[in-house]
Amino acid sequence: MNIALTHLQRLEAESIHIFREVAATFAKPVMLYSVGKDSSVLMHLAMKAFYPAKPPFPFLNVDTTWKFREMIAFRDQMAQKLGFDLLVHVNEDGVRDNINPFDHGSNTHTHVMKTVALRQALDKYGFDAAFGGARRDEEKSRAKERIFSFRNAQHTWDPKNQRPEMWKIFNTRIATGESIRVFPLSNWTELDIWQYILQEDIPIVPLYFAKQRPVVERDGMLILKDDDRMQLRVGETVENRLVRFRTLGCYPLTGAIESDADTLEAIVGEMLTARTSERQGRLIDRDEAGSMEKKKREGYF
Amino acid sequence: MRHIMAESRAPTDGIRDYLAVQEQKSLLRFLTCGSVDDGKSTLIGRLLSDTKQIFEDQLAALERDSRKHGTTGDDVDFALLVDGLEAEREQGITIDVAYRFFATPKRKFIVADTPGHEQYTRNMATGASTADLAIVLIDARQGVLRQTRRHSIIASLLGIRHIVLAVNKIDLVGFDRAVFERITEDYRQFSHKLGFETIVPIPMSARYGDNVTSRSDKTEWYSGPTLIEHLETVSVDEAVVELPFRFPVQYVNRPNLDFRGFAGTIASGSISPGDEVVVAKSGKSSHVRRIVSHGGDLSQAVAGQAITLVLDDEVEVSRGNMLVSPSARPQVADQFAANIVWFNEHALLPGRSYILRTETDQTGATVTDLKYRVNVNDFAHEAAKSLEMNEVGICNISTRAPIAFDTFAENRSTGAFILIDRITNATVGAGMILHSLRRAENIHWQSLDVGKHGRADMKNQRPAVFWFTGLSGSGKSTIANLFEKKLFATGRHTYILDGDNVRHGLNRDLGFTDVDRVENIRRVAEVARLMADAGLIVIVSFISPFSAERRMARELMADGEFIEVFVDTPFEECARRDPKGLYARALNGEIKNFTGVDSPYETPEKPEIHLKTLGKSAEEMVEALELWLDERDIADNQYDSGGGI
Repeated sequence: MNIALTHLQRLEAESIHIFREVAATFAKPVMLYSVGKDSSVLMHLAMKAFYPAKPPFPFLNVDTTWKFREMIAFRDQMAQKLGFDLLVHVNEDGVRDNINPFDHGSNTHTHVMKTVALRQALDKYGFDAAFGGARRDEEKSRAKERIFSFRNAQHTWDPKNQRPEMWKIFNTRIATGESIRVFPLSNWTELDIWQYILQEDIPIVPLYFAKQRPVVERDGMLILKDDDRMQLRVGETVENRLVRFRTLGCYPLTGAIESDADTLEAIVGEMLTARTSERQGRLIDRDEAGSMEKKKREGYF
Repeated sequence: MRHIMAESRAPTDGIRDYLAVQEQKSLLRFLTCGSVDDGKSTLIGRLLSDTKQIFEDQLAALERDSRKHGTTGDDVDFALLVDGLEAEREQGITIDVAYRFFATPKRKFIVADTPGHEQYTRNMATGASTADLAIVLIDARQGVLRQTRRHSIIASLLGIRHIVLAVNKIDLVGFDRAVFERITEDYRQFSHKLGFETIVPIPMSARYGDNVTSRSDKTEWYSGPTLIEHLETVSVDEAVVELPFRFPVQYVNRPNLDFRGFAGTIASGSISPGDEVVVAKSGKSSHVRRIVSHGGDLSQAVAGQAITLVLDDEVEVSRGNMLVSPSARPQVADQFAANIVWFNEHALLPGRSYILRTETDQTGATVTDLKYRVNVNDFAHEAAKSLEMNEVGICNISTRAPIAFDTFAENRSTGAFILIDRITNATVGAGMILHSLRRAENIHWQSLDVGKHGRADMKNQRPAVFWFTGLSGSGKSTIANLFEKKLFATGRHTYILDGDNVRHGLNRDLGFTDVDRVENIRRVAEVARLMADAGLIVIVSFISPFSAERRMARELMADGEFIEVFVDTPFEECARRDPKGLYARALNGEIKNFTGVDSPYETPEKPEIHLKTLGKSAEEMVEALELWLDERDIADNQYDSGGGI
């Protein structure tokens, strides 16, 4: 009998342990549901952690109003299928001011519609712990973050003063108004995520699979023209190309890659020969050096 | 930047087979440690780069950053790949532990890159706590340094049994074999008491890659493995599956009346349906009926798995308790000895109450005895009254409620704990349990026939502790005296514990340092508790400057029994009154550690009674106290009727 746990079994057990720890020690947790592949894995793990019960917390989707339409459809479909409590929050101030990625740039748009929106939602419901799907292999400042990451009452992160995190003993104590961001996928890599999706047959948004889609080449990226709000610049044309996405976010900020990988196996195969990191397709990380750390300190996930 | 087309379409047929092989790889978690500038981050950058973990866009960013912040001239500065925080890159040092991931055809690795600076030792300990192996880097030009020793000791304390001694920058000493051998010998001499199972010294240059992933042709005198060869093959299995069954209960899953599951992660051993288990704290026994999982019930589960157990009987089990093997049980005690690593800028003070947290249990705890501090240079045991940040000591610990545990040497999961500050909630220390203390096993609370209620009823009162706190000269004793007279006159049974008087007797051995102040209050609080137990109304009149100790005193008493009275007189007024002439001397520097002068007074945040004395007489203050009592229904004297005093 082979009793050694596999790599994925170990990662799964660690994540489930983290979910239960939060449920046992916080008054009002919430799971941030961004609809991407990491969120799908996170949701799957949450269902496992509390089986046969449902996860004892709601799922919060911060809608920037610029997400791919297929993401929104998938979100609603999953909520219905799994029967979880879905909360959707939009920063109405940003909508009123017509904040958008085309006119205001990725920095302002992300700050107003994502970071500020998230803080609004957390304050509105009084959540004291929020799960996110961030992984340490994604980005340098994330590699430094604790699994239980403390936030003060203003939702800010102080990277120089993190609580020591020893063994599997998590310090979940906070004062009123403070909160903790919790990252159950901290030790997963992108390959682990795909392997797990394949192994567990986890549903993901179809945008991850290659298909003919109408795209515009802009600033070295292939942007999907998801609706009419995207105006073509001089010299730009919409072309149908065989593309897919490695990460998902706001459609004007997320570059597609040309690919014919239309099955999970093909996606993993492509990943194994990939020569660029997944965040390469995200505009926000290139805005300035250390931009992720800066956003995180302000309350971005 | 151009958009990327995946180079070629990978064959998909083989992917599942390929993944199945990947999946069977073992995992090694290790950390890099050593003194600052010994090249830890450079080594990790080298490992990531040589094992092809760095993507094109990351390499491009690295080349950009190297020109801006790099310290390696025209070469790529690999340290910038891992020093992810802005402050780190600006200062060229590592502040916090970073986790990195890479794989070779033989193994998967999680690396904790930990800081070398002494002030960030706690971050190094964080990285070590989940690692099975440590790479200790040494700069070949410097040899074994203080920080090398400190990190080795902490690694050893935290249960790491495998060491790679990376003698780095060997290129800068001309690949000299004699230097390598001297450093190796120094390290072996120093570390022979640390209980390491393997120490593998490797001469290397992280910057140029010698003996990291490929053998160097400049060290022909070295016949051992390269770093990566060793990491791929070293065996670190501790066989936790072979240890007795331990299941710390994390969460009770109760979706409806028909289902009651105990969720947690198996710390050691294995379990199957039908196995007998015992509840550690109560000794009650039951059998496992089901191991519930999302994909169907399991026939067996082993250490490391997060599972849900359903038992045959309705036994009382909650979070913090443990389900264990009936034949090999953990210890259950409220007093034990432990190694402690201190993380916080506020020193560990014996007698102060902290929150002790194990994987799932939590209780109040105090260090009753700091036996000695360990000198990290020569292991000397030094007498100490407190533990400063980054120091290591051996302590006796007393917890408010018994906890279930094994020694850390037996079980890294069930033998560890952290200490949390009660006010700031900071994680201030980490502990590794050595053994329980005999006195905890042998001295049980005597169950007495005459109880607190009976003693209080006979006096026709409810016991209470009025805790007067305030600066020296604020009027505590005067008001307390007058208050006692009034209570006495109405037939109450009272007693005053006065700071000065107690220091003449019970606490005559204590001075005025922070450590002694904490012990001073602890003893008085315990005496007050005994007196309340005897049914008395106790009036405590102590400066008691620290909120942590006042809180500790409060938590010793029954709910509602502790009444904090803040005698609020401004410092200037106290110094003006100066009834004992102490302020004049303290301000002259003749008395050290005087509260309000060179020792802090922490103002109560929510006292039950706040007496602002300025411009008021002691009689007026006592009237305010009486009014407070009246509002709480003083007519209800008896216990059973609840309410006032």
